[in-house]
Amino acid sequence: MATAANRRFQGSDTYVAGDDLRLAVNAALTLQRPLLIKGEPGTGKTMLAEEVARALDMPLFAWHVKSTTKAQQGLYEYDAVSRLRDSQLGDARVVDIANYIVQGVLWQAFESPQPAVLLIDEIDKADIEFPNDLLRELDRMEFSVYETRQTIRARHRPLVVITSNNEKDLPDAFLRRCFFHYIRFPDREAMHAIVDVHFPRLRGELLRNALESFFAIRELPGLKKKPSTSELLDWLRLLVAEQIPAEALVSRDASIFVPPLHGALLKNEQDIALFERLVEMNRRGR
Amino acid sequence: MLVDFFLHLRAAGLPVSIRELLTLLQALQGGVIGPSLDEFYYLARASLIKEESRYDRYDQAFAQFVRGVQVRMAPLAEVPEEWFRQQLQRSFSAEDLARLEKLGWDKLMQELQQRLEEQDGAHHGGSKWIGSGGTSPFGHGGAHPEGVRIGGPSKGNRGAVKVWEARSFRDYDDQRELGTRNIQVALRRLRRFAREGGELELDLPDTIHSTARNAGYLDLKLVPPRRNRVKVLMLLDVGGTMDDHIQAVEELFSAARAQFQHLEFFYFHNCVYGQLWRSNRRRMSERFDTADVMRKYNRDHKLVFVGDATMSPYEILQPNGSIEYNNPEPGAVWLQRLTAQFPHYAWINPEPEALWPYRQSITIIQKILGGRMYPLSVDGLTRAMRRLSSAGREAAPAR
Repeated sequence: MATAANRRFQGSDTYVAGDDLRLAVNAALTLQRPLLIKGEPGTGKTMLAEEVARALDMPLFAWHVKSTTKAQQGLYEYDAVSRLRDSQLGDARVVDIANYIVQGVLWQAFESPQPAVLLIDEIDKADIEFPNDLLRELDRMEFSVYETRQTIRARHRPLVVITSNNEKDLPDAFLRRCFFHYIRFPDREAMHAIVDVHFPRLRGELLRNALESFFAIRELPGLKKKPSTSELLDWLRLLVAEQIPAEALVSRDASIFVPPLHGALLKNEQDIALFERLVEMNRRGR
Repeated sequence: MLVDFFLHLRAAGLPVSIRELLTLLQALQGGVIGPSLDEFYYLARASLIKEESRYDRYDQAFAQFVRGVQVRMAPLAEVPEEWFRQQLQRSFSAEDLARLEKLGWDKLMQELQQRLEEQDGAHHGGSKWIGSGGTSPFGHGGAHPEGVRIGGPSKGNRGAVKVWEARSFRDYDDQRELGTRNIQVALRRLRRFAREGGELELDLPDTIHSTARNAGYLDLKLVPPRRNRVKVLMLLDVGGTMDDHIQAVEELFSAARAQFQHLEFFYFHNCVYGQLWRSNRRRMSERFDTADVMRKYNRDHKLVFVGDATMSPYEILQPNGSIEYNNPEPGAVWLQRLTAQFPHYAWINPEPEALWPYRQSITIIQKILGGRMYPLSVDGLTRAMRRLSSAGREAAPAR
């Protein structure tokens, strides 16, 4: 049976991964260590785990972390209340405490009969101690269930992909156990490749012009939230749906201008205001 | 062989641990990469470097190691754009700045880059790029060590080397001493839990109690979960002498933002007077009366001043002492009013504590605040937060 260790990730038909990212994924697969992914929002951090799971045909277990998430919830929860209720109603199940242990995502991934991908999404959303609480579990890939005196050990060490948006710094001890990769914002060439994957039949001229304005907008100083890959893709989708001609994306005098449907790129009213003011200044300056 | 590499990275100031080196060796043993320097560069980065802000230093150290020669670029010798902007603002009048703006910022930077590249050897002055300005922000002794240039010597090289030579992670290098994480951990001390919102948690004592009263039949009692309800009102000093502390204060601010759900903030300049503002861009047009702020936020807010308290004593003690406008009442009066209104207060000062006794204004403010001034360090913050949370138990002045 194929183990996680001898698989290789090569990118997929819907996800463009650079050499460095591929290498990081493969290192994590081989050494069975967690892979921590950071990067600007919208550069495909979460997508990575989904795509790796799909490309390598491994089941995906996703744990989306929120500000109220506790580390314990990923392991298991003991539903004492239903047990108490059952005991009052005379249910036979009540004898076995195991009936009231609810498995968390980590447990499910550990029990998976084949090597799995475990995504811990946006780990920085949780409390600042959250990563520390998971150190041992992710290191040894085992934990004990106090209520049933059981030790759950991973059948196959899953590939753990952790994403972070940098809202909180992660503890050193945690970082030392991970491979780390920072997804850079793609350059022009990489962006072409990404768009090609998503819109294989996009007209060349439209794409070129759209990318031109996209990068021009990204380079504006002072934007609060620069448009990212996912925004570009949304915008292209709109442009195609509205059948905007390629010419509409070029200005006549090579100055910056407001491209059609720019609301898809700039999502912050201050940014839009700033952008429009810059365009206005630019027009008057000439 | 790799031990040398490891020690080299550590010597370059990268906090790599033995555990990470072992991981790298394991990965090499496991055949993750072929015999390629490119791949080794990536693999070593993924296993040793855990923060994108350190990528740049890694790039430099790696280039150094691989070539076995000194990279001629001293770390951090380049001109950071922010610093450059500030220098510009300091050295030029408003008209000059307007003229520069017309020239276009990007063009200016390009020009600068070009000049820096042209000068391969010793680098003196280099001020010609700004013919009209005259006083160039460059060339001041020390700001530019000799032989600085942007881009490495092997610019023409293709392939692998360009990755680390390009130093594309330059922007992310920050080398902070006081990470936001440390600040957050310190700020965590300031917590006041209150139960609010939907009833989601089981109240065990109450459940047992009412179940017993219910003849043993289960009677569930729920309470809302505990949340940190501490409310913080932050007043920040901006401009002037505070420019030197922008980085540290920004970090404090972003950590506070993430830590406290109820955080209100206002700015002041040097000392608090009758008016505060919220947005520096509109500070002239959009002002808030300090008296209104005091009325609006009730006494259970914790008041935190952030400022270096470095100014002329007149600015605190004299009416009309403000350097910004004519203030009918001296800053000291406003400080006293604020601290009377908010019994939990602290002043966080980014200047090192050892310096305080030598600044008259700091001593005055400390006296007004009853000694509740703390340095902006992890230890100082911890003390400040302890003070803020314990002050509640002291008898608040009855009025």
